[in-house]
Amino acid sequence: MCLAIPAKILTINDDEAEVESFGVKKNINISLIQNVKVGDYVIVHAGFAIQTIDASEAEITLSYWKDYFSQNEIFQTETLSDNNNLKKNNY
Amino acid sequence: MKEKVKDLINQINLVSEELISLKFSSIINIMEVCGTHTMAIARYGISQLLPKNINLISGPGCPVCVTPTEDIDQIIEIVKNYNVTIYTFGDMIRVPGSQSSLQEQKSMGKKITVCYSPMDALEYAKYHPNENILFLAIGFETTAPLTAIVIKKAKENKIKNFYIYSMHKIVPPALEMLLKDNLTNIKGFLLPGHVSAIIGSKPYNFIAEKYNTPGVISGFEPESILKSILMILTLLKNKKAKILVEYNLVVKENGNIKAIQYLEDVFLPTDSVWRGIGIIKKSGLDLKDEYSQFNAKSIFPVKQLKPINLDECECECGNILKGLKRPTQCKNFKNKCTPYNPLGPCMVSSEGACAAYFKYDIK
Ligand code: SF4
Repeated sequence: MCLAIPAKILTINDDEAEVESFGVKKNINISLIQNVKVGDYVIVHAGFAIQTIDASEAEITLSYWKDYFSQNEIFQTETLSDNNNLKKNNY
Repeated sequence: MKEKVKDLINQINLVSEELISLKFSSIINIMEVCGTHTMAIARYGISQLLPKNINLISGPGCPVCVTPTEDIDQIIEIVKNYNVTIYTFGDMIRVPGSQSSLQEQKSMGKKITVCYSPMDALEYAKYHPNENILFLAIGFETTAPLTAIVIKKAKENKIKNFYIYSMHKIVPPALEMLLKDNLTNIKGFLLPGHVSAIIGSKPYNFIAEKYNTPGVISGFEPESILKSILMILTLLKNKKAKILVEYNLVVKENGNIKAIQYLEDVFLPTDSVWRGIGIIKKSGLDLKDEYSQFNAKSIFPVKQLKPINLDECECECGNILKGLKRPTQCKNFKNKCTPYNPLGPCMVSSEGACAAYFKYDIK
């Protein structure tokens, strides 16, 4: 449950961002990160960016995680939730 | 990449031989305290790549695993006595309490929802003002700041039907407890990457200064783990107890200052019970008084259940978390206890040592 995986920032809206990793897009909260911009990589844990990570390092890490999980497991890890249809965060 | 691994193993072999010739202890125990490291070590068979005198042991690195049975029992009492909707991370729901599990309560019709983020729970609360939403706040320093943000948002947005049951714990006091007892004879620590992304490297300095033991904050790829092990062995060889950072692209000396600020704003360190270890002073995080309206422990009081006598249970998780036993030394491992029918949290959580040993068939 401490799993934290790099993701690329696609768009930023206040303290929220849309990110992508393994082809899965999702909205996360970025209020713990300073000076982040579109194209940067962050480490995402439970819907929050907890730290920034250098792009080349992120690519290496991602390729490991890809090797690590079967596709099925990635899907489970990334979407493990009973209700994925929540309204978008709009605080 | 393979070349890099080979090269690291050669270097590890060299330093380990030097340590043997220096008459350093015959077995060098290195403890990892991060569930993600446990998984990666098992997945890539890292123990088997190392020389025989290097012994990797799992410590209390998985938040679900260190949660005591009392907490599960207490939460189940709340579910039975109050009209609440539980929001929880997936692993928690299968952890057996002394009588029942959340999964069993769910099958009996109680409202228990698995979520990915604490924000999901707050969102749900916002749109369902007639339900009481109780988020099971579990996790180390990596996760606790997220709960803190959500609590602050709940307060700002005057959300009145959102509560947390805090089981958050912090890692350094548990390491100190293990070093104080030193039952396991730990010679070095492989320190957690993402906990350290939040707290930085400074809070571990006591390990080196007070207990003369080195530690390296490691990333998660096999190369990172091997490199960190090499760094620990080199420190031992040079008789230098230090805390070093291998995962330095992510971990800063002072950590994530914003996250630490959130933690300090919302939580207060309290004494906390760790499965198998017992009470550790100031190792837990509870809500500060100014956030008491969100504290499920006071809003939904239930009778205090008797703490479970661990010796009576047949599960060895306690000893495994202290590094005293390996999963394969538990008589239930693979027969009575499997990931499909787990007897203890170390088999429930995918980051638990028992689950890792089971999945990758480690002897
Ligand atoms: S194998 Fe099962 S019963 Fe034995 S220690 Fe692990 S979780 Fe507990």
